[in-house]
Amino acid sequence: MKTFRIGGVHPEENKLSADQPIKVAALPEVAVFPLGQHIGAPAKAVVAKGDKVKVGTMIAEAGGFVSAGIYSSVSGTVQKIDTVIDASGYRKPAIYIKVEGDEWEETIDRSEDLVKTADRPDLTPELIVEKIKNAGLVGMGGACFPVHVKLCPPPGAKAECVIINAVECEPYLTADHRLMLEKADQVLVGVDLIMKAVKVNKGYIGIEENKPDAIKLMTEKAQAYPNIEIVPLKTKYPQGGEKQLIDAVIRRQVPAPPAIPISVGAVVQNVGTAYAVYEAVMKNKPLFERIVTVTGKSLAQPSNFLARMGTPMSQLIEACGGLPSDTGKVIGGGPMMGKALMNIEVPICKGSSGVLIMNDKEAKRGKASNCIRCAKCVSACPMGLEPFLLATVSAKANWEKAEAEDITSCIECGSCQFTCPSHRPLLDNIRIGKQTVMGIIRARNTK
Amino acid sequence: MNVILIAVIVLGAIGLLASLVLFFASKKFAVHEDPRIGQVSEVLPQANCGGCGFPGCSGFAAACVKAADGGSLEGKLCPVGGQPVMEKVAAILGLEAAAAEPKVAVVRCNGSCQNRPRIVEYDGAISCRVANATGAGETACQFGCLGCGDCVGACKFDAIHMNPETGLPEVDEEKCTACGACSKACPRNIIEIRPKGRVVKGSARRVWVDCVNKDKGPVAMKACNVSCIGCGKCVKVCKFEAITLENNLAYIDPEKCKACGQCVNACNVRHAIHATWEVPVPKPKTEDAPAAAPAAPKAEAAVEAPKPAAEETPKAEA
Repeated sequence: MKTFRIGGVHPEENKLSADQPIKVAALPEVAVFPLGQHIGAPAKAVVAKGDKVKVGTMIAEAGGFVSAGIYSSVSGTVQKIDTVIDASGYRKPAIYIKVEGDEWEETIDRSEDLVKTADRPDLTPELIVEKIKNAGLVGMGGACFPVHVKLCPPPGAKAECVIINAVECEPYLTADHRLMLEKADQVLVGVDLIMKAVKVNKGYIGIEENKPDAIKLMTEKAQAYPNIEIVPLKTKYPQGGEKQLIDAVIRRQVPAPPAIPISVGAVVQNVGTAYAVYEAVMKNKPLFERIVTVTGKSLAQPSNFLARMGTPMSQLIEACGGLPSDTGKVIGGGPMMGKALMNIEVPICKGSSGVLIMNDKEAKRGKASNCIRCAKCVSACPMGLEPFLLATVSAKANWEKAEAEDITSCIECGSCQFTCPSHRPLLDNIRIGKQTVMGIIRARNTK
Repeated sequence: MNVILIAVIVLGAIGLLASLVLFFASKKFAVHEDPRIGQVSEVLPQANCGGCGFPGCSGFAAACVKAADGGSLEGKLCPVGGQPVMEKVAAILGLEAAAAEPKVAVVRCNGSCQNRPRIVEYDGAISCRVANATGAGETACQFGCLGCGDCVGACKFDAIHMNPETGLPEVDEEKCTACGACSKACPRNIIEIRPKGRVVKGSARRVWVDCVNKDKGPVAMKACNVSCIGCGKCVKVCKFEAITLENNLAYIDPEKCKACGQCVNACNVRHAIHATWEVPVPKPKTEDAPAAAPAAPKAEAAVEAPKPAAEETPKAEA
């Protein structure tokens, strides 16, 4: 079975909520929308205190080309524009909306009918990208890169195929898995639309073998789409990394930055994004709700929710039976790449794929001891880097060496830290080094 | 015998030729270095700390010589050696040393364990840089000291240490050379290099706002007992216009500050302004007791008692 060729680890899967159908989460009392919930320039608020909004009303416009608009997920009154502690732990500007009823914009098609690409011959690639842009779509995998930017290849680059990331390699998370089981038809139309937008006639959907039911269902449904191929992949982390997925599916390696996936002819999108593309293009529905896995070993009822953006995470945790008494950490995202939250009132954003509640035992980090030169991190690194070296030079602030050792290639997957028998905080230091070196490179380029 | 003779002659000839080549090469490609650079370098402390803004002591020496050719050493200061060393440098270069005020590092955070409750636990790498990037730290204050001691590691003079009781760094005024390494190491820009201040009764007097929290009043107040909430009382009492209020945070300009201590008394609810000496607290005017003289009547701070604060003014608009 196919998989990527360099490194990788296999953490315990713990897909506790895989059998739980998607439940619609209750509306919050106040929905909070941070203005910077994507990569690129933060959005600019276009509403003021006291304004009435409906579900789907634009409340903030894109702050640049690499940016995305934000749409209200609730109907009600704008309470204030203030700050909120987001997943980073810092206060960021945000719009607060007091929820009153549930009134949707008339332009949104709320019917369940499946609209196929063949039913809409008027859709040109430009129109599809325009609709995606106007729906505020960002990558739903977690990095939150605005989708329309990825669908407009830079001059000189040509897309050859679309690869859909449905591997969900993060342990615990099951949002994409449930989406494929419950919305397979819509996902396939979404993939078809993305292929049309970038003008290619080959699409792959990569799914890890630990989801046999999804592979079976998608393969059956994809019979109707001769250009879309379902690729079962061996379960290995971080297969969901863009570069790893391209290597696994089409056996091409993306060179070191500044090369991007399009350099080898691939456009990669998450399966959740494909579904959002379907809704945006066929149903005129902006991105204001998403599937969120709320899970954890001590949690009474791990679940998958269809939650409106701006819902506080605490409300979803409450719906799963409340915070267990032995909670050690609450993580936004999965256990490998997620971030420990300082505050569980953090609102659900476009990139919130999951909320993981770790118990005391799981959450405890081992005490760091000396590097024993076992090179496990080197074997585990899916980018072929030397994490022990990068971490050391970053801690010593030797940025020249860090740059020479390709620190900017690091995808921050955390495989090195996961595998380290000495519990060294490798990724903590590498991340700082990567940020600093990227800053130095940017400063140099603008000079 | 003949063989030995030939060998001696041949080697001698080669040696002579090579020496001639080296001689002409050394004349032709000679690098002229101002001998004063070496002399200046010798009197510098050789700490190579970079506190002067140049790469090491020899870099600073070269810069001094260049500046001396321009006629003045103004703006050049070795923070480690201070004024005595600069006088020596000036003597070598035949100039007057520019008078420079001695400076010291000050830590602008008083969020000790008692003042600033811990709300979460951080268990990542023990590094302020990492802690700052990973989250907002262990307290609700997103601006204050993270307590991992990056500044301590950066100091080459053993002049800054963590106080285990408060969890905050403390500067040893005697050892601090104001090189600024700690200030650069701090990811939150809490440490500032400020003039040591006027010496009164053997100790230098300086005043600074002991907080860097830019949050709005109610938020800052909740995060820490001694945070600046931007009420602006200190701005009003300052007679020298030394205090400015920006982003809900007061700042005392050390150039304008006369260390009178008025602001310290004005900030009598939050205690967010730190003075290096005991500022006498004026008696409230309502208490009609002129006989009871203040403890230190000579201190300039007591010249005019500030009016008792009317009421706590929380930060402007919400």
